[in-house]
Amino acid sequence: MKTVRLKVDYLTRVEGEGALHVRIREGMVQEVQLRIFEPPRFFESFLRGRRFSEVPDLTARICGICPIAYQMSAVHALENAFGMRITGPLRALRRLVYCGEWIESHALSVYMLHAPDFLGYSGAIEMAGTHTDAVKRGLRLKKAGNEILALLGGREIHPINVRVGGFYKIPSRRDLAQLGENLKWAREAALETVRWVAAFAFPEAERDYEFVALSHPDEYPMNEGKLVSNKGLDIDVALYESHVAEEHIEYTTALHSVLRERGEYFVGPLARYNLNFDRLSPLAREAAEAAGIRPPCRNPFKSITVRAVEILNACDEAIRIIDNYEQPDSPVVEVPVREGAGIACTEAPRGILYHRYGTDSQGNILDARIIPPTSQNQKSIEEDLRQFIPARVQLGKEKLTAFCEHAIRNYDPCISCSTHCIVLND
Amino acid sequence: MAGKRKPRLAVWKFASCDGCQLTILDCEDELLSIAAEIEIANFPEVSSAIMKGPYDISIVEGSITTPDEAERIHRVRRSSRFLVAVGACASSGGLQALRNFKDVNEFISFVYATPAYIEALNKSTPVRDHIRVDFELQGCPPNKYQLMEVLSACINGRKPAVAQHALCLDCKRKGIVCVMVANGTSCMGPVTQTGCGVICPSYRRGCYSCFGPMETPNTDSLASWFGRLGMPSEDIVREFRTMYGWSEAFRRESEAREKETKA
Repeated sequence: MKTVRLKVDYLTRVEGEGALHVRIREGMVQEVQLRIFEPPRFFESFLRGRRFSEVPDLTARICGICPIAYQMSAVHALENAFGMRITGPLRALRRLVYCGEWIESHALSVYMLHAPDFLGYSGAIEMAGTHTDAVKRGLRLKKAGNEILALLGGREIHPINVRVGGFYKIPSRRDLAQLGENLKWAREAALETVRWVAAFAFPEAERDYEFVALSHPDEYPMNEGKLVSNKGLDIDVALYESHVAEEHIEYTTALHSVLRERGEYFVGPLARYNLNFDRLSPLAREAAEAAGIRPPCRNPFKSITVRAVEILNACDEAIRIIDNYEQPDSPVVEVPVREGAGIACTEAPRGILYHRYGTDSQGNILDARIIPPTSQNQKSIEEDLRQFIPARVQLGKEKLTAFCEHAIRNYDPCISCSTHCIVLND
Repeated sequence: MAGKRKPRLAVWKFASCDGCQLTILDCEDELLSIAAEIEIANFPEVSSAIMKGPYDISIVEGSITTPDEAERIHRVRRSSRFLVAVGACASSGGLQALRNFKDVNEFISFVYATPAYIEALNKSTPVRDHIRVDFELQGCPPNKYQLMEVLSACINGRKPAVAQHALCLDCKRKGIVCVMVANGTSCMGPVTQTGCGVICPSYRRGCYSCFGPMETPNTDSLASWFGRLGMPSEDIVREFRTMYGWSEAFRRESEAREKETKA
């Protein structure tokens, strides 16, 4: 009767504070707990009573890595509440700024957080000694994404230019053209990234996931689309809460999400990719096929390759938007403030991010609900470990623990985000 | 520097969004040079190799919001020679300090179905309320060049050169048309510490003070100007209650104006 306990008190190379506890008995996994101990920050509570115009600035502070995701879900949900829709060049600029965040966030994850697992280093700085060019390429790629954020958002972290109805200030064609040159370098670097990560050794690990992502008829999903899955989910995002339930588990401050009908599900790059492969740019599709990850790809360790493909796609998309951009007359569309309720789901780098707001006739927030991607992935992370550990018990405690951490990083978990999702007694 | 040990850096996270430590990683051009000068000894987001303390420099991000954090910050202090509190959360309690104006139990039950599982202090407080802090760097997020200046100053044993005057002054220097005078848009620039690069007025919006109060700000005068713009007291209260809402200067002002709304 041998019991092995794996314990990681502070997960490293992830964003935020979490721990892992695993109990294995006679080669069988008895218990897996991803314990998120990041303290709650109660965003949904203090948003009540704030003006709608403050919401993008306030919710950005939920996450330093993906503030644009919070701003995008917030403005789209509030515009939905006010019965308005942003189209044309302003819509394209929002997509462009999101491309910047995807590039920046994915480059960070691929090069600094995840690649060290495959190459046997404790971090990117240690890796830079031997893999100097790769680390430098990763940093420059990250910077290329950040430059989009700095131009369109005012700065890289907690940008200030996104507002309900559009932007405060919009760039001229010439402003954007400056980004274009560097993005062409970034596109090449992204292609190089796909080839680099595709050559890593991937653990044999597959599961029959339910992948959930947005899907749009004409484009790779970011700000708009229906919510679909490979197991039959096909709904308007307005129906999200009737299909997804949140559970409060004692050992984690982040609520667990489940599909009411089928249980755990998977959000993020791998889900997006599997459900929207044909809407990637031709170059991204070609690179993905050459990398040997034609969908369906069910090996979560290959998320790193998918992230690289998404960087490539985002560079391609950003260049396309810049080429086609015509500066509109006004940076903002008038906002018809009214009493209402609005919902939006957008694709954060780590997966779908759901926001719902209720407003009064003055545009004050009456209630708010925010469900971040990492909290939705918690169950899937735990289930991965439960399924993948038994075949590897012989690795011994140290290697097995490292394997578990590697598997958690497949999701690029963003733990700071995950802890203030709300549930009401319903 | 031969034979001399590199100074050791530790980065600690408390209740926060992670943006402050990400600021270090956003020094894309400088990161490898920084790593050549400083031993990254304990920075969990960057490396799984964690060296034991003591550390020469500790960067602390986040505010103190739970009993566990209140205890942990003392351990951080004990293992650090220089301790720098970075960002709005660490220097004023952050956005999550908006709970300080309300009853926290109401907040918890609104967010969580089983409030008994959640342990939270009544207040979100800055690091200096708990331990001695050697330097505070303001900004939500901090300016990466200021952050590098602070690191450099710590290594070289000098005082960091971080400007403490009002954003308003730099806005004038840059020749930006005043959004408050020209458009009647409320702007926190006159009471806010400079450092962001005057971003908001450059993008034709008012400053919302993500860099917090400057040294001795005249908040009362600014709030009165807001009143003259026609802003109701509730809106003035909100202007002072953002990421630096719990800083002494802004708290005093928002509480004074809140009394007006109830009067």
